Amino acid sequence: MVSDRSKLGFYLLLSPLLLWLVTLIILPHIGLFFVSISEKIGVREYETGLGNYAVFFNEPLYWRTFARTAFMSISTTVLTLVLGFPIAYYIAKLTRGRTKTTLFLMCLIPFWVSELVRTFGWMILLRETGVLSNVLQYTGLISGPVEFLYNDAAIMVGLVYTSILFMIVPLVTTLDSLDDSLIEAGYDLGGSGISILREIVIPHAMPGIVSGCIVVFMLSLGNYLTPILLGGKDSLWFTGLIYTQFITRFNWELGSAFGFLLLGLSSAVVFLGLKLSRQSLSNTMGR
Amino acid sequence: MKYGLVSTAALVAVLSTTAVSAETLRLLTWGGYAPDDVIALFEAETGHTVEVTTSNNEEMIAKLRATNGGGFDLAQPSQDRITSAQEEFGIYKPIDMSRVDAAQFIPSMLTATATNSTFDGGVYGLPHIWGTSGLVVNTAEAGQVADYTDLCDASVAGKVSYRLKRPTLIGFAYAMGLDPFAAYSDQEAYQEILGQVEEALISCKPNVKTYWDGGDEIKNLLRSGEVVASMAWDTGGWQLNADNADITFVAPASGALGWIDTFVLPSRGRADDAAYDWINFVMRPDIAAMITNTAGNFTAAVGGDAGVRADLKARYQASFDQAAIDNIKWYPPVPAGLETIEGATLDRINAAN
Repeated sequence: MVSDRSKLGFYLLLSPLLLWLVTLIILPHIGLFFVSISEKIGVREYETGLGNYAVFFNEPLYWRTFARTAFMSISTTVLTLVLGFPIAYYIAKLTRGRTKTTLFLMCLIPFWVSELVRTFGWMILLRETGVLSNVLQYTGLISGPVEFLYNDAAIMVGLVYTSILFMIVPLVTTLDSLDDSLIEAGYDLGGSGISILREIVIPHAMPGIVSGCIVVFMLSLGNYLTPILLGGKDSLWFTGLIYTQFITRFNWELGSAFGFLLLGLSSAVVFLGLKLSRQSLSNTMGR
Repeated sequence: MKYGLVSTAALVAVLSTTAVSAETLRLLTWGGYAPDDVIALFEAETGHTVEVTTSNNEEMIAKLRATNGGGFDLAQPSQDRITSAQEEFGIYKPIDMSRVDAAQFIPSMLTATATNSTFDGGVYGLPHIWGTSGLVVNTAEAGQVADYTDLCDASVAGKVSYRLKRPTLIGFAYAMGLDPFAAYSDQEAYQEILGQVEEALISCKPNVKTYWDGGDEIKNLLRSGEVVASMAWDTGGWQLNADNADITFVAPASGALGWIDTFVLPSRGRADDAAYDWINFVMRPDIAAMITNTAGNFTAAVGGDAGVRADLKARYQASFDQAAIDNIKWYPPVPAGLETIEGATLDRINAAN
């Protein structure tokens, strides 16, 4: 009787998660999968086949766009790590109490507004008649207005800005758990700053680094707003392709196939990253 | 007693009709087509309530397709996009002409829209608002731009913007001396035309600042002076003209592209009474003028231009003389499947460096 009760409790607690997974993740994916394997042969006529997937591999445009998206997302991840690590280290190891909370809060505050607002903020800063261009002209560094928007660098700036918090949070958590006495011991044994970073800090922070990288990579790869708005005419992004297939081309079949390819290929990139860094998913996410 | 019974019956009838007719109209339309003051008048007069969702042609079809024609009671796609969407997805239901006050519509527009939106014997569309796309130019800085292809001229390099959508392909084709509408029914000939346009637009890409997406975006670019010549809607040009007399809409030499936005009934709409009431209400000359004053475009209502603000009329007349009006290229219905070919072309232009 008691065990029945506890079982009931277990299932009741599990049900919101199951409901979420089944109705919002699994069922739509099954539906999309069936859409993606139906090829259109005429008006309201479809047959089952893998033609939509073949389109991706036969048309260089599509896989090049994917490669470009993946490459830029990886660059974003690396850049975010390089920028985020010192910040996280400073917050976790060099500050105490109130300062620590304040600094952490300062990293959080930009995320209280929506991504759209943050991206428009960058557009106001970077556009030809924007803040940066005007300041540079005022100080005499440039003679005429300069357009900083609508190029790959603008996309990278936007992506790093939108995702840096997701790198800092896991890094701060793992660095917090690193005992200061280990670093002191390193110095006592005659280690230099660099060797201590390499031998003690980074190995300890590795799970945080990897989980931060996975989150930032996935967020950048799946981002739609930032690359489209900041990239302008050069904003070729894979999610943009999926959007146009669904909305402006009415081609749900190809759009669904692209969606599954994005899912598969991004998982492959993450798997490869885990293998290269010799980490396991349970080790990085389970902490 | 007899009179009492009749009057009671009449009272019951009146009460029941008001009870039945108080519906919620879920309207899927363009920005500016359902101004707040018009909605307030309509709600006060009929007792219906109106919920407005603003969208564009592609999103309207995509939304209705996702729900098999449900979720909205009245939609307003352009007349050339009705039959293909109906053929492919079956998301609309035919208009019951007996419930529409046809005398309120300009006859030529009503017939033209009915012809273009007839599918399987049923009429699916009624005309509401019409307008054109052409060039919006800052005449002080780029007065030489007179046709779509002039946007690729070196004199305006880096200060040009247009949308990466089908009107751009068609406008450029006409400016290059081709006739895309005539080739609509012949996919091979159309592909041939698209090939030439694709080449032109790829070589034009360095001239472009960015491809605009929403009406506010292009107005912003023109207002700030970052863009001096663009392909855009006529109303955008006239609105900017009110702030800056140099910027205005120019009908291109090869012809402005004319569209008519319609009323269609989604197949699973629930408030048809309210939908027909709305159609008959907004086509009244005084209401039509109110909509023109906010949306900036003229309507298909008889006498609807009488109450329009004088400055709007003046701008319209400055952009369109009789020859320019005669030269408007009206969109014929898009055959099903054409969007896929155009989509591939647009993707290649977007990807080109």
